[in-house]
Amino acid sequence: MNLRRDVFQAIADPTRRAILLLVASQTMTAGAIASNFDTARPTVSKHLQILTECELLEQKQNGREIYYHINAKKMKEVADFIEPFRKMWDDRFNKLESIMKKYKPSR
Amino acid sequence: MERKTKIHAEDGKQELMITREFDLPLELLFKAYVEPEIVEQWMGTKVLKLENRRHGSYQFETSDPKGNVLLRTNGVIHEFCQNQKITRTFEMENTPFTVQLEFLEFEKLTGDTSRLSMHSVYRSVALRDQMLQLPFAKGINMAHNRLQDVMLQLK
Repeated sequence: MNLRRDVFQAIADPTRRAILLLVASQTMTAGAIASNFDTARPTVSKHLQILTECELLEQKQNGREIYYHINAKKMKEVADFIEPFRKMWDDRFNKLESIMKKYKPSR
Repeated sequence: MERKTKIHAEDGKQELMITREFDLPLELLFKAYVEPEIVEQWMGTKVLKLENRRHGSYQFETSDPKGNVLLRTNGVIHEFCQNQKITRTFEMENTPFTVQLEFLEFEKLTGDTSRLSMHSVYRSVALRDQMLQLPFAKGINMAHNRLQDVMLQLK
């Protein structure tokens, strides 16, 4: 069964988030990634497959080894999802701050 | 000094945390939350009612530039401690969103700086996620509306 994957589903899992953090610092082989987890190797492979399908990870062949690296563009998409909400509050709070700074002298 | 608003929203949880540090003494930050005319300025909303006390309630109203009411929000204040905290409910009237619980904590950092932490609890994970997406969806709508305005002027 090939489920349609979306990035938010992908990052909802704590192990997958840990994998992304790990690979973010350096490109790694599946074996090297798996060695960081107590989880069984096939489980880690499954996570890697999901992350690759969602395009959060990319595979690169280097000799006989396959290396995984982060797809920065896709990661940015995920990070930006919450950004409008943050921006809305940031704008409000900036306004609050500037209003209250002017309020000070008249106290 | 740049002070940024931070959002902490863990996956699969029906809550979120908004934190922000201000270049303002604690008393001024708190005042911005309790003086109706100041709330109106920074929230961009009309304050119909704001009873700053335990078991008090509030109601805000947001209108478009033509004066049409877009949204009314209201809530009940459960706890009110001057310069410390406000615990209240928040509800958007006539929307599918159910009431949420808000814990606002005001902290003094130094004589001139302070921090606000706003902890919101939603009825479900799905509702929280929808709330997070709201400005995202609204941003898209606003872009559409702007486009529409421009197109109408061209006609």
